[in-house]
Amino acid sequence: MTTSTTPLYYLSLAEAAAALSSGRISSAELTDAVIARAEAVEPQLHALLSADPAAARAQAQASDARRAAGKSLGPLDGIPIGLKDVIAVRDQPLTAGSRMLANFISPYDATVTRRLREAGAVLYGRHNCDEFAMGSSTENSAFHPTGNPWDLERVPGGSSGGSAAALAAGEALATLGSDTGGSIRQPAALCGVVGLKPTYGRVSRYGLVAYASSLDQIGPFGRTVEDVALVLQAIAGHDERDSTSLRAKTEDFGAELRGPAIPRRLGLPREYFGEGLDPEVAAAVEQAVSYYRGLGCEVRPVSLPHTPYCLDTYYVLATAEASSNLSRYDGIRYGHRCAEPRDLNDLYSRSRAEGFGAEVKRRIILGTYVLSSGYYDAYYLRAQKVRTLVRRDFLQAFADVDALLTPTSPIPAFRRGEKADPLAMYLCDIYTIGANLAGLPAMSVPCGFTRAGLPVGFQLLGQPLGEAQLLALGHAYDREHQWGRRHPNL
Amino acid sequence: MSTSGAAGILISDLGPAVSSPVPPAVSYEAVIGLEVHVQIRTRSKIFTRVAAGYGHEPNTLTDPVVLALPGALPVMNRAALDAIIKAGLLLGCEIAPVCKWDRKNYFYPDSPKNYQISQFDAPVCRGGTVEIELPGSARNVMGEHKRIPLTRIHLEEDVGKLNHGAAESLVDYNRAGTPLMEIVSDPALHSGDEAYAYLTSLRATMIQGGISDCDMEKGQLRCDANISLRPAGSTTLGTKVELKNLNSISFVRDGIEHEIRRQRAILERGGRISQETRDYDGMSGTSQSLRSKEEAHDYRYFPDPDLMPVVIDAAWCERLRAECPELPFDRQRRFLADHQLPYTQTSVLVWDQPLADYFEAAVRLGAAPQAAGNWIINDLRRELAAAGSTPAECRLSPAHLVALLRLVDSGVLLNAAAKEVFVEMFATGDSAEVIADRRGLRAAPTDTAELDGWCRDAIAGNPKAAAEFRSGKDSALNALKGPVMKAAKGKANPKAVDETLRRLLAAV
Amino acid sequence: MNSSELDLDALARLARLALTPEEKATFQRQLADLLQHIERLSQVDVTGVEPSAHAHPLQNVWQEDEPQPGLPPAEALRNAPARRDQMIAVPKVVE
Repeated sequence: MTTSTTPLYYLSLAEAAAALSSGRISSAELTDAVIARAEAVEPQLHALLSADPAAARAQAQASDARRAAGKSLGPLDGIPIGLKDVIAVRDQPLTAGSRMLANFISPYDATVTRRLREAGAVLYGRHNCDEFAMGSSTENSAFHPTGNPWDLERVPGGSSGGSAAALAAGEALATLGSDTGGSIRQPAALCGVVGLKPTYGRVSRYGLVAYASSLDQIGPFGRTVEDVALVLQAIAGHDERDSTSLRAKTEDFGAELRGPAIPRRLGLPREYFGEGLDPEVAAAVEQAVSYYRGLGCEVRPVSLPHTPYCLDTYYVLATAEASSNLSRYDGIRYGHRCAEPRDLNDLYSRSRAEGFGAEVKRRIILGTYVLSSGYYDAYYLRAQKVRTLVRRDFLQAFADVDALLTPTSPIPAFRRGEKADPLAMYLCDIYTIGANLAGLPAMSVPCGFTRAGLPVGFQLLGQPLGEAQLLALGHAYDREHQWGRRHPNL
Repeated sequence: MSTSGAAGILISDLGPAVSSPVPPAVSYEAVIGLEVHVQIRTRSKIFTRVAAGYGHEPNTLTDPVVLALPGALPVMNRAALDAIIKAGLLLGCEIAPVCKWDRKNYFYPDSPKNYQISQFDAPVCRGGTVEIELPGSARNVMGEHKRIPLTRIHLEEDVGKLNHGAAESLVDYNRAGTPLMEIVSDPALHSGDEAYAYLTSLRATMIQGGISDCDMEKGQLRCDANISLRPAGSTTLGTKVELKNLNSISFVRDGIEHEIRRQRAILERGGRISQETRDYDGMSGTSQSLRSKEEAHDYRYFPDPDLMPVVIDAAWCERLRAECPELPFDRQRRFLADHQLPYTQTSVLVWDQPLADYFEAAVRLGAAPQAAGNWIINDLRRELAAAGSTPAECRLSPAHLVALLRLVDSGVLLNAAAKEVFVEMFATGDSAEVIADRRGLRAAPTDTAELDGWCRDAIAGNPKAAAEFRSGKDSALNALKGPVMKAAKGKANPKAVDETLRRLLAAV
Repeated sequence: MNSSELDLDALARLARLALTPEEKATFQRQLADLLQHIERLSQVDVTGVEPSAHAHPLQNVWQEDEPQPGLPPAEALRNAPARRDQMIAVPKVVE
């Protein structure tokens, strides 16, 4: 797929690492190429909310100097990587796509940011997203929508739409997003790149603007499964600043990819192939299934009986947590403060009304309702119990199969403004929410295009901390097909 | 019913007086429950590692977690858990095998997240009691002891501090995130005196357990009281009033007594108590209804997804139990029984752990308990107070005191001389022997011939007393000692004088 | 439960959100639809099922009581909309 004429900004991370390592290119050249590309496509794409080219160039030069001194920090050293604008970078804006934080500058680094720095990555670009990561199209950004690189009239998915679009358009070699109900995987599928939501607790959430704390997880986007493995390697691991962080054994995700064995038993949850699934998406996913059969995998149907309740469970739990998590945006210590407040409550109510967009307000109201006195048991407590049942469904399925394969999104990228009704938008996440509720690792891998030229992805779900297996399984398909190496006409 | 005047009687309260007058003969019983917040003494905050402290420049003890910056996450401080478990063990509470953290949601500028991390339905401690002693009939008579049952103790985070100006309020977040215990008593107290005794005992237990310094001026111990009245003999609770801003233990007592009088006056007039929160002003001795909240609170408690549950096993409890000191009243009972100290002395030592420790150290080194008790309660305490010092900082160690007592006991130092030596020991840390020598305070003239001479002169000069002694009146000897002491200019060893006089009188 | 039980004014007060009449009308309708969908949770038999507050059952996650440096005040207050005397200024709070 890659030829010597591939522009630097379209190299895979692994290729770029090899080129840097052999001295064929410098990080400064690579970074300049990415910055120039971003400047070229941004007027049409709008994937970025901010960028600091000077800081990126300085990091690239530092990387080149390290390499010259024989002190390279590994495969990410000198690689331009972008972040969704919900991940804190010291002295850089952190808006979460919200007017509330339009002028906020983070005084500290997120743990993933620190780890990327320690791996030598060049941080370039802060990506557009749905406000406070609430949405599936990036249309809820307070600043501007982002186009899908494959069709600028269509959405890139969301909420990490900017991060998926920026990668697909060559504005970084890998990016980080966050995923609460599908916010990495769905835009990965809609933009034709690989996106991984790790096991809950695998990657520290410290420095990630919280949407729904018990569901949020940071994860990488890459052009290949291998690239995703390399980024995961850098950002995963226990963090004492995150109480929900897992103490997992150290693995070498890159090496696992090249291991001889891949998981053999694949389950197809029948609830994920029903009504509402676009036939072209179904066909592309079926081809991926066939490929695995051809590799000798045993493919069998399984059932996750509580799937019909996942969306409802999610909207109760996520909005409840969000209503509390977003209380801190009050115009007191930071963030938007309304002009001339009459009193304290006026300051709160108008600052928040002016600072938040409609979707955020809607979810705060819903979350406030499900936690309020008299309704807690019927909604929140019940949803927590259904969550237990959803997780149990998955763990039972994993008694018989090693991984599950499903479509990532029921439909390919839709037109901007097409889903004005909140419920219609929420239905975009029906295949991705289960992994968040159960805390499982899940990855979207590109598996073709519709006749209209829109990317399609399939989703692999693994057992808790089963990233190595999941990546090996995905890589087995991806290295043969390389759908993520195709480039949009931009 | 929203607000009331300063007197606190709502007009509508007086309504039922006409239709159902209450006979003035009814006597009322006050029922009081206390909610006490105790700051735990830790080095860092409860959910992050920036230092905790008092009296620092504003907003110098903050970090992303304290300020609730976007993306910040809490992680528990184990020392805060140790402290509450210890408090629970000291007060005989049941320690929950599993507890969890909940968010209490409400907006207020001193609360950076606009939710407080607290414990709603799974507190660390349930049950337990605080032993109290009520005032006795006289200062030297022990009062009645009672055990006040506790409902629960839970952990939470403290909020920041608001400084009110003319046009605006200013927020300092240094205090935000300091670990706080809320100790809730059953509604089982009945007077201001009981509340005073409760807080005195609780405070001493927390201080002696090393859990908190409980300095009320620094807000390390804060108390709210729920007070209701009911006809004596009734078992149902009356309408309660919450009294806030009781910022000294005396104000708690006074505020409660004031509130009891206020409620009784309303009831006796046939009025009705309205459920409200009142602010007590200790300086003026008046209370005022606080503006009622615009709406009922709905705190929307739910388990904090950022924090994991805590499992407390027996080994953890036992490790902490080993660190628990003897409870103040248990120690007092031991001092009374084992050392026969007078009640008044034990009632000083019970609240003063360092002084009680000092006493026990002296006794362990061989001091007679009662003599040591006298010196410590009277002299040492006086010198410490004058120097503004503590037993731990004191240069006069228990060993010094024991040496002094030996010199007194053997007659080397007379009482007056011993007092002088004590003061100098306290100031210099020199031993009693060295000071006695340096200042020439030793009593005994070592020259027995000289003493014999003084004694012979005394017998010769007081034939009447000598005769009375010989005829069996032992006390007559005192009449002979005076002249000897006079001749010796006060430096004679009384024991030697006694022995010499007896010897000479027997010999003649 | 149905949408008529959704007291939007009370919820907006609790959440400190000043909603416009248009927003209220839209939200009332949209939240009614959502609640109707969510209502399906009542069909699930949850008898004897433990609630999950977290994705994984961790416990006793803590740090030792050793202070670490925090933010310098200038950093702590750099995003504050109004400050005075190294403190955050807010409209006068009446207790």
